[in-house]
Amino acid sequence: MTARALSVLVPLLAAPLAFGVIHRIKARFAGRQGKPLTQIYRDIRKCLGKGATISRTTTWLFRAGPTINLAVTLTALLFVPLGGLPAAVSFPGDIFVFAYLLAMGRFFTIMAALDTGSSFEGMGASREAVYSCLAEPMLFLALLALARHSGDLSLAGMLSAVSAGSWLTGAPILALVTVALFLILLAENCRVPFDDPTTHLELTMIHEVMVLDHGGPDLGFIEYARTLKLWIFAAIATSLLLPAASGSLAFDALWGVAGIFAAAAAVGVTESVMARLRLTRVPPLLAAAGAFAALALILVEG
Amino acid sequence: MDMISLAHTAVVPVILANLALLASSRLVTCIRLVALQGAVISVTPLIFETGPLSVHTAVLCAVALSLKGLVFPWLLHRTLRRVVVRHEIEPYLGYPLSILLGILGLLASLWLAARLGVPEASSRSFAAAFATILTGLLLIVTRKKAFTQVMGYLAAENGIFLLTAVLAPGGPLFIELTILLDVFVAVFVMGIAIHHINRQFDSIDTDRFCSLKD
Amino acid sequence: MSLYLTALFVLLASALAALASGRGRAANLLGPFGCILGCLLGILAAVSALFSPAPPVLRLPWSVPYGAISLNIDPLSALFLLPAFILGAAAALYGRGYLSGLAGKRHLGAHWFFFCLMVLGMSLTVCAANAVFFLVSWEIMSLAPFFLICLHHEEDRVRSAARTYLFAAHLGTAFLMAFFLILGHLAGSMEFSAMAAVAPAGLGPFVPALFFLALAGFGVKAGIVPLHVWLPEAHPAAPSHVSAFMSGALIKAGVYGVLRSLTFLGPLAPWIGQTLLALGILTGILGLLAGLGQGELKRFLAFSSIENMGIIFLALGLGVLSCATGHPGAALLAFSGLLLHVVNHALLKGLLFFGAGSVLHAVGHGYMERLGGLSKRMPFTAAACVLAGAAISGLPPGNAFFGELLIYVGGGLAAMDMPLTDAVWAWSGVAGLAFIGGLSVIGFTRAMGIVFSGEPRSADAAKAHDPAPSMRAAMWLLGMLALGAALAAPFLFTAMLPAARLLLAGQSPALPVLPKVAVNPETLLTAAVCIAFGAAALALALAFVRNRLLSGRSVRSHGTWDCGYIKPAPRMQYTASSYAEPMTVLFRRLLGEKRRFTPPDGLFPATGASRFASKTPDRVMDGLFVPLFAAVGAACDAVKRFQHGNLNLYILYLLATLVILLAAALGFAA
Repeated sequence: MTARALSVLVPLLAAPLAFGVIHRIKARFAGRQGKPLTQIYRDIRKCLGKGATISRTTTWLFRAGPTINLAVTLTALLFVPLGGLPAAVSFPGDIFVFAYLLAMGRFFTIMAALDTGSSFEGMGASREAVYSCLAEPMLFLALLALARHSGDLSLAGMLSAVSAGSWLTGAPILALVTVALFLILLAENCRVPFDDPTTHLELTMIHEVMVLDHGGPDLGFIEYARTLKLWIFAAIATSLLLPAASGSLAFDALWGVAGIFAAAAAVGVTESVMARLRLTRVPPLLAAAGAFAALALILVEG
Repeated sequence: MDMISLAHTAVVPVILANLALLASSRLVTCIRLVALQGAVISVTPLIFETGPLSVHTAVLCAVALSLKGLVFPWLLHRTLRRVVVRHEIEPYLGYPLSILLGILGLLASLWLAARLGVPEASSRSFAAAFATILTGLLLIVTRKKAFTQVMGYLAAENGIFLLTAVLAPGGPLFIELTILLDVFVAVFVMGIAIHHINRQFDSIDTDRFCSLKD
Repeated sequence: MSLYLTALFVLLASALAALASGRGRAANLLGPFGCILGCLLGILAAVSALFSPAPPVLRLPWSVPYGAISLNIDPLSALFLLPAFILGAAAALYGRGYLSGLAGKRHLGAHWFFFCLMVLGMSLTVCAANAVFFLVSWEIMSLAPFFLICLHHEEDRVRSAARTYLFAAHLGTAFLMAFFLILGHLAGSMEFSAMAAVAPAGLGPFVPALFFLALAGFGVKAGIVPLHVWLPEAHPAAPSHVSAFMSGALIKAGVYGVLRSLTFLGPLAPWIGQTLLALGILTGILGLLAGLGQGELKRFLAFSSIENMGIIFLALGLGVLSCATGHPGAALLAFSGLLLHVVNHALLKGLLFFGAGSVLHAVGHGYMERLGGLSKRMPFTAAACVLAGAAISGLPPGNAFFGELLIYVGGGLAAMDMPLTDAVWAWSGVAGLAFIGGLSVIGFTRAMGIVFSGEPRSADAAKAHDPAPSMRAAMWLLGMLALGAALAAPFLFTAMLPAARLLLAGQSPALPVLPKVAVNPETLLTAAVCIAFGAAALALALAFVRNRLLSGRSVRSHGTWDCGYIKPAPRMQYTASSYAEPMTVLFRRLLGEKRRFTPPDGLFPATGASRFASKTPDRVMDGLFVPLFAAVGAACDAVKRFQHGNLNLYILYLLATLVILLAAALGFAA
């Protein structure tokens, strides 16, 4: 019981720290000192304390977008295990509920962006819709490979079935799935090489541009939801690399958190050594992720 | 790691190299991919060896490795520098369609493996080998530059090598024959043909051969 | 049964009464309300038949040879009665408001006569248990919409759409006649019970031919690629309440037909499941890709209907394949998901067409590129359309999500357990369904975002207003039903279970009771409903928190900041074709999109000198059917040479025929 509660509470508190790790690593690569690790907490608190300027063109959709996005991200968090700790909610078939909850958040973020009547935000909305449409089937293929490997159709179940022993017997399959999930993590969280989260030029934005007009508490919600989403995908990707649970609660939690920080570090390194891809090259990269997942599916002994 | 997962570890780079070959238009990338594929494939007889590891097989694999991984790429790079061409021009079938056909070829090979009754343990490797042959043939048929056609031929060679390793393990005769085939046809045909074409005509664009008639 | 017959009688009576009351307001009162009454009775009949232990049966003799008035409301028929009657009632209510401005200008009596006849025809078709009776009610159901589409018959495109619809419907019926003739001959009788009993021993080598005949005949009605070409023409041309009924209920009759024929064909081979699965994926993807290129709102909704039929056939293929390879548990989930989706889609598509109709009614056209900002002028319609669009893309907590969840889990179970060559089909099904869902999100964010959000792109859009109370009431009705269907998804599943069992029994008669499923569907659905509505409740709570946070603070209103752009204009907003461009460019060769582009020239281009136009024609129509019909027309022209009007030659023909017959008869006698 406490294990399940921990796997939800720890991300609620620590998710912005993982983001801070990414920023620090990128800063170090650039030769700078970088923001303090806890900067995002201060940013979110600042946003929550402000008033708002709402565009005249918008309607309730604009105000609902960030709220719905945060709500579904929090709900999706319930399905995600933390290292050896089990997820708060788990039932066979929950991977589909999980993926579609995130899709719901995306739908309303897109509608909120279109609501402003701006061409920039329409651009970001269009790209986000298309690239997430291409990434969804790849995510399902990767999860199906894990399901076939572990014989369990629930997210927590299929992740916990992977132990050090399964790496010895099925290393190629698990390696392919991990790479595919890492690419999907980069795509869904709008990191380089799919999207550049630091610039605000129309040529490079997908996610940043959709939230241009939000301010105040809405922006605070958006930032927090973004950190939670990174945590969710990092937890899924790294659960494959972490061996199964040991007995003690604290050790499992720490192990899980360490894994997520390692994933954040990997994202930071990827962002620092790679450039963003031309937008026409993004679908082939997503297709490559799907190819990895499909190959893993084929290799699993049925 | 047991045999099956070692076989899988070999199969993964082969299949990924196939798809990457179909997708890339840069000739240097193609050479590297075929070299990588050849290198991985040349050690597969050791994986599929049923009896005890014999020195004969190990030596043959070393020879194949050096041929496919070192000699052929070096020869191809030299030819590339002479011919001064960097990119494939627009092929008869577009790149996305080629990749789709490659994937369909892989699925067809899997189906074929099931139909032919290949034992479960080696069915994936069989499928990978057959798919590599199909990829090579697809490259030969749909690409315009003679260079890429030679790449396709080498890929098909790799596929045949892997196929013999999977289906007839522990038979050094087949390995020797395949290596001999490689040496003769690839080196002579490839080197001479490309040089001759380049010397006689202004380009190694096989599409232009059509202008030869009447 | 008596309740059902009363409902039919009320529908017939209101049809005649509407016809008798002439052109004016009286017809607009008698027709709709009679129809609503009949449909309400029909819903009660359908629900009671769904839960009754033994299906109500009626059999009356008929003078038509081999025919009998034979009705059998088994669970499958009862299920398909639900969309017919629910949408019949809602569309009638909506139509009353929609047509109220046309009283006296058009013959509303005739319109409501055919509307009631259409609902009557569909309800008879799904309950018919005799092939001749089935074909007669199928014809009634197919002919009535032709007259309804022709309401605005002075417009060229309406006339051509009605003509296309008529041709398509009759071609389909021709295949159906062949199907029933062969099946009836093999079974020895035209009764459905006899046909179901003859499988599989009596059918043997005929199964592939029968399958393709049924697929062609019913597939035309359901809108499967490549037989879908009439749908995007007919549904937009019809008045919106008719489009809602046609998209929501009528095309489901095609699905019913395919399901019923599969029960006649007995345990099916895997290749049939694979064909259905491939067709479903193809229809879903191609339907929506073509829809992304459409500039008119109702045309896009028609393509979305095609896509949802693709999802249904995908689930059907998955179920048949799972049964054929020995995974009845996965098949049960796939079939129940399919049936749930039939009802859910009907509710949501009806609501969307009502919304589109309100837009058309207010603005005068449905061209998305000239609309925009309608959310401020018609808030009710906008809210309904956005929420329905989200729901129909399969997003939780919308009702369509739960049907798709069952299909996904069925596919996932099959994907886990099947051997490699079969599992590849299941994986393609799951991945295809995910891709189709993603395309649907693109399509509906495009349609709803461009039409309702932002600033008006032209002066037309400024005229918009929310629709009349009866139209709004119809939308409320369907919206509440959809919400109820979402909340009560586990109960709906239990209600659909007899019908799913029927389908399963047709495929694997050896299974006496419910197969053991690795995942309990009711627990799954209950958990999913709790999670989805929990997320919705959490969203409301967070909205409350947000409002509390902002309550004491300054909340200003300003123009869109847009990263500091000073003078945005409505024409600078993203257009519908730009929105879909990243996706359509990937499939440009497949879709055959044609572009005409004159780029701006020089440093200071003149206004209006550069233009961009893109058009996505229907490739199947232009590439397949138009040449086919042209060839048939040319052949007919050749035959026309016999029709020259020369009396002498006609008598010569008679003489020649008599001589030949005489020679033949003498030859046989000898």
